[in-house]
Amino acid sequence: MTEATMTNEVVEKTGVDRKVPDQTVGNVYVDEPRMTSRAVDVYYGDKQAIDGVTLDIGAQEVISFIGPSGCGKSTFLRCLNRMNDTIDICRVTGEIALDGQNIYDPSIDVVPLRARVGMVFQKPNPFPKSIYDNIAYGPRIHGLATDKVDLDNIVEESLTKAGLWEEVKDRLEQPGTGLSGGQQQRLCIARAMAVSPEVILMDEPCSALDPIATAKVEELIHELREQYTIVIVTHSMQQAARVSNRTAYFHLGKLVEVGETKQIFTNPTHELTQDYITGRFG
Amino acid sequence: MSLTSILLILLGIALLGSFYAKSHVLKMAGSQVTAMHSLPNHHFAYTFLVTLLPSAIVAIIWSLSEQTVIMNLVVGTFPENIQALPADLMSLTMTKFQNFLNGVVFGEPDPWMVASGEAYVSMVSNSRWGATLVSLILAGLGVYWAVSRIEPQFRARNRVETIIKGFLIVCSIVAILTTIGIVVSVLFESIRFFREISIFEFLFGTHWSPMIAMREDQAGSSGSFGAIPLFTGTLLISAIAMSVAIPVGLMSAIYLSEYANQKARSVLKPLLEILAGIPTVVYGFFAALTVAPFLAQNGASLGLDVSTESALAAGIVMGIMIIPFISSLSDDVINSVPQSLRDAAYGLGATRSETIRQVILPAALPGIVGAVLLAVSRAIGETMIVVMAAGVAARLTANPLESVTTVTVQIVKLLIGDQEFDSPKTMAAFALGLTLLVITLCLNIYALHVVRKYREQYD
Ligand SMILES: Nc1ncnc2c1ncn2[C@@H]1O[C@H](COP(=O)(O)OP(=O)(O)O)[C@@H](O)[C@H]1O
Ligand SMILES: [Mg+2]
Repeated sequence: MTEATMTNEVVEKTGVDRKVPDQTVGNVYVDEPRMTSRAVDVYYGDKQAIDGVTLDIGAQEVISFIGPSGCGKSTFLRCLNRMNDTIDICRVTGEIALDGQNIYDPSIDVVPLRARVGMVFQKPNPFPKSIYDNIAYGPRIHGLATDKVDLDNIVEESLTKAGLWEEVKDRLEQPGTGLSGGQQQRLCIARAMAVSPEVILMDEPCSALDPIATAKVEELIHELREQYTIVIVTHSMQQAARVSNRTAYFHLGKLVEVGETKQIFTNPTHELTQDYITGRFG
Repeated sequence: MSLTSILLILLGIALLGSFYAKSHVLKMAGSQVTAMHSLPNHHFAYTFLVTLLPSAIVAIIWSLSEQTVIMNLVVGTFPENIQALPADLMSLTMTKFQNFLNGVVFGEPDPWMVASGEAYVSMVSNSRWGATLVSLILAGLGVYWAVSRIEPQFRARNRVETIIKGFLIVCSIVAILTTIGIVVSVLFESIRFFREISIFEFLFGTHWSPMIAMREDQAGSSGSFGAIPLFTGTLLISAIAMSVAIPVGLMSAIYLSEYANQKARSVLKPLLEILAGIPTVVYGFFAALTVAPFLAQNGASLGLDVSTESALAAGIVMGIMIIPFISSLSDDVINSVPQSLRDAAYGLGATRSETIRQVILPAALPGIVGAVLLAVSRAIGETMIVVMAAGVAARLTANPLESVTTVTVQIVKLLIGDQEFDSPKTMAAFALGLTLLVITLCLNIYALHVVRKYREQYD
């Protein structure tokens, strides 16, 4: 190898280093946060997937995570309700708090935590049970309903909030897997809401849906923002622009930039965010 | 020439012809090699198959049928008075003649035998020559045929694919025909049995003692063929085996797939599967020499009368043998429950055991039932352990502490030792075999059906 190419490489490397900032651009803090994350690192085995993410998530806000695939959006999202606990090789350091309480504290039990921080997945995943039992599953395991009438009310209320009640009220006993993809995803949202969470995490909830079903789910998210804090990972920048009020841009495991959605999409500060928004890489 | 040397020569011809065909087609194509329809190697394979397959098949069939054909011809050379012998004497003479051909001669051989023997020898040598000649001609024709057809645009690839497909079909047909052959032979023997013993007596009779006395005046001269004690014995032992294997197997499958980390899994799973590799006869003496005495001693101290050969000992050990069967199949089934369902349950705050009980097991249940049914048919067919540990006494009892016997054990017992192949005693074995076959076949079909139905749900 000649000396010229070697220096070239070094220059390129430092160039990359300069690009991904150590400090997140924009204001990561909010007044009265619901969830706070401080210097969170996540490792899969030896491989670091998230590097020093500090971010506040406010009450009653919809925040969207965007960024190229593999940048760690899902990984960070899954830290927020400790879903990463189910992966053997995954290790989380730093501090994540819900209403001021560290959720990674050894004294914290994940069962009530996951009732408070619900999750909706990329692919609709209803249980192969009836529509009714799908919704009633959470309330049953957490003992939320005192009797059958109570449970019926929770089911109806959740389905109504998810805009699905009119479509399924006559066939609650039929399997949830028999619904269309969009209905299944709204069923999953209703199932998450049935345990009255404070925060709902959504990991690309529309990526398996057609445009009409997507529009319905987006409309639903819009309505839910009044009552819940919603964190949504999305691949579609239009979707982020439509549903969220704050947007966080991730790149190679780092949180590059956070800001008001409008500002991120019209006037991004960091070069990488600009490149991503203008579609220079995806 | 022997069959092996004929086949080797054919192989040589096929290889030479194929190399020639390949270089021939390459020469024809010249610089246009890339424009050929098929690769040169396809031309090679085409020539090889066309040359070898027909000639080798003819050579093999020829030498397989040679003996029978020649024997029939040789009979024609026997003197008239010998040919006119009644069937039973004729078969005796044939045996004598066979022995003569094999060089076993007592005293001076008859002159006609020597003559026919010479005829036989010359026929055999002619036949060998014929086989060699015919297969060599076929091979030569194969090379000629292939080479004359080959040209750069010849669709050798498609031909080769077709020939290979045909070959594979023939192989699978052989397997199917064998199965059918087994079923048919068992069926015919059973029908002969049922001509002598009524099928109702067999299926519903409660007394099994298949010994038929040699002399009329011997005690218990007529056998009785009520198979119910055998069915209940089989049922009892299988039930004990399954009540050991299902819980242990299923729990280990759950542990392996849901709790064990990668490292534990990679050690435990092969260890468990070693159990499946232990020969059943080893299980048999484990049952007879370790488990049975242990049960007998402990039974005695509890005031129970445990016989030294008991259904319990055999059943427990058979259950241990089946554990890996159930755990391995269930592990596969549980692993194929989509991860998204686990995520859904965990995401709602379900604990691990709730997720397993309420989500994973219900989703995997059809597959697990299929695994269990396959294991049951395994248990029903198991012989060795039962022979060694459960005894041979056909007793109609539901008490697991007594000795019982099973269908398979009785089949073994009926067929060992000197047998006449047309006594009801021997044919009873076929009837038992048929019953067993029908039962396990039904179980397997049902199990496959259940497994398939389950597959459809997630694909
Ligand atoms: N279960 C896992 N085991 C090992 N590595 C993983 C696992 N899940 C994700 N990763 C790695 O972590 C990085 C971030 O992945 P992910 O969070 O899924 O990205 P995104 O959701 O932004 O596309 C990727 O490099 C991915 O390969
Ligand atoms: Mg993702």
